Amino acid sequence: MNCKQFLTLLDDLIDDSLTAETRADLQQHLGHCGPCEVIFNTTRKTIEIYRSHELYDLPTGLRDRLHAAIMARCKKGC
Amino acid sequence: MDAIQSAAEQIEQHPDVALVERVRGGDDAAYDTLVHKYERQVFRIAQHITQNREDAEDVMQDAFLKAYQKLDQFQGNSKFYTWLVRIAVNESLMRLRKRRSGKLVSIDEDIETDEGSVQRDLADWAPDPEQNYSQAELAEILRKTIQGLPPGFRIVFVLRDVEGLSTEEAAETLGLSVPAVKSRLLRARLQLRERLSRYFGRKKGHREMGIEK
Repeated sequence: MNCKQFLTLLDDLIDDSLTAETRADLQQHLGHCGPCEVIFNTTRKTIEIYRSHELYDLPTGLRDRLHAAIMARCKKGC
Repeated sequence: MDAIQSAAEQIEQHPDVALVERVRGGDDAAYDTLVHKYERQVFRIAQHITQNREDAEDVMQDAFLKAYQKLDQFQGNSKFYTWLVRIAVNESLMRLRKRRSGKLVSIDEDIETDEGSVQRDLADWAPDPEQNYSQAELAEILRKTIQGLPPGFRIVFVLRDVEGLSTEEAAETLGLSVPAVKSRLLRARLQLRERLSRYFGRKKGHREMGIEK
């Protein structure tokens, strides 16, 4: 396995959707390829950071206002 | 036997489906429950696509109203959440078109990228790099970084990695093929990774690494 092949399977490795055999091939490549190991670890970290941080929070006041508007209009049959 | 099968179906029924049925039966409070459950996600998606707070607020309201109106069309063979997200994505794209004075906005645009970009900037990241920033600074970095992605990549990344849709659900929602979603997701992840390296990479002096072609 070379780096290009590794990259084409990177998402499947991150999403854990590979067969055991392919996974083992990728792990073996990772074991001796520093750049791919960096890409793998930092890409996984990228996803984790975006998943765990709220970027656009909904203020409570806005939520209440929108709720009132939505429910009022729905009751009128939109 | 029928009773057992019926009981099994009831156990397997998604709670949203039960709520939808209650709304159809005239229980508006059940719709309020659905709104509460998904308002944050719908707002986030709208904000990521329109990149404008005012538009995101309007989209959120319009999407929930439209979903309510179209509730009879919800078949229950896809998840309510996925169905709602599709409405929110369409509303967001329409809003974006309006703001851009009719200029065609498509999630199909801007998909050509330089594959070589993957090979730059391979310095490793510091351990727990986000701890070098305050929450506010970090949120700003993450917002700025994702806003720089082409729209077609950004939407796929948000639906798939932030909002937790499967590849198939994201494809269905966006009207794209599964391979197209996969290809965009990989590029989006790699571009974000590379852009975040500017903030999270180790200090200068770290050995630069190259990748074999």
